[in-house]
Amino acid sequence: MDAIYWKSFGDFIHMGGHGLYVWGAYAMTLAVMVIEPALAAQRRRSALATAADEVNT
Amino acid sequence: MRDPATASSQATIKAPMKANSVRWSTFAAPSRFYALAGKLVPWFWAVTAIFAAAGLFIGFAIAPADFQQGNSYRIIFIHVPAAWMSMLVYLVMAFWAVWGWAFNTRLASMYARALAPTGALFTFTALWTGALWGKPTWGTWWVWDARLTSEFILLLLYLGYIALTEAIDDARRAANAGALLALVGVVNVPIIYFSVRWWNTLHQGATISATSAPKMASIMLTALLLMTVAFWAYSFAMALTRARAIVLEQEADTEWVRRLATTKKG
Repeated sequence: MDAIYWKSFGDFIHMGGHGLYVWGAYAMTLAVMVIEPALAAQRRRSALATAADEVNT
Repeated sequence: MRDPATASSQATIKAPMKANSVRWSTFAAPSRFYALAGKLVPWFWAVTAIFAAAGLFIGFAIAPADFQQGNSYRIIFIHVPAAWMSMLVYLVMAFWAVWGWAFNTRLASMYARALAPTGALFTFTALWTGALWGKPTWGTWWVWDARLTSEFILLLLYLGYIALTEAIDDARRAANAGALLALVGVVNVPIIYFSVRWWNTLHQGATISATSAPKMASIMLTALLLMTVAFWAYSFAMALTRARAIVLEQEADTEWVRRLATTKKG
């Protein structure tokens, strides 16, 4: 595809020498956006479990 | 432990009283909100995924390098949406906090508390990605200029709000104290936004403003706007998910939560 900017995959990873900065920024953002929803979903599940425990006791 | 019958009526008694005058107030019942939010969350996740995929494809595969900054500028596609959302989420959080305080609406206060961690994480993301962009562009990770300092203060405001509301056990007192802090902190948002104009900052000026043409190529702008929609939808998905958890926590001794909890358990 002519539209793709990069010549090779290695080229893409290297980011013209800025790979560390670009991927460091994206990796942290991805980590935040995976961990935050997981924690919030966990919080809802444990709230339901606590409510269920209160009924049984 | 309160009697389940009276506890459950507390949750719904507000809505019928106002239902004649204001229709939307029916959604002010936590049980209705819980069900509605549960239906909306998957749609916001779908929007997040679709727009992020499109934005990242255009931003990374199609958009060329910047003639001055090379490829480090590609950080803009997460840095600017995160910074925008950090400010917008704060304003929305303060709005609901003050609404809950002024009109004694428990659900409004719950929205405010649900938004705070998401706003704090966007602020952190903006600072982190900014540091990694600053190093190759300015030669430094951090500088105490007006833009960076005021954004850092925003992070402290979020953390202060979370710490304050978590420290007070009584939900209403926690909400009211938090609302006061959130309201005072609002003054920081225009300071962040206009800092690059009011002071001489190392940080560059606005990429996009209402009064002038965008200072970037349209292909880059397209990727940036797609990513902004993705971050916006992410905020909704997160805030609604967390608000549902908070509703369950604060309504734990009501009949509808008990029924929900026991049927879910089987």
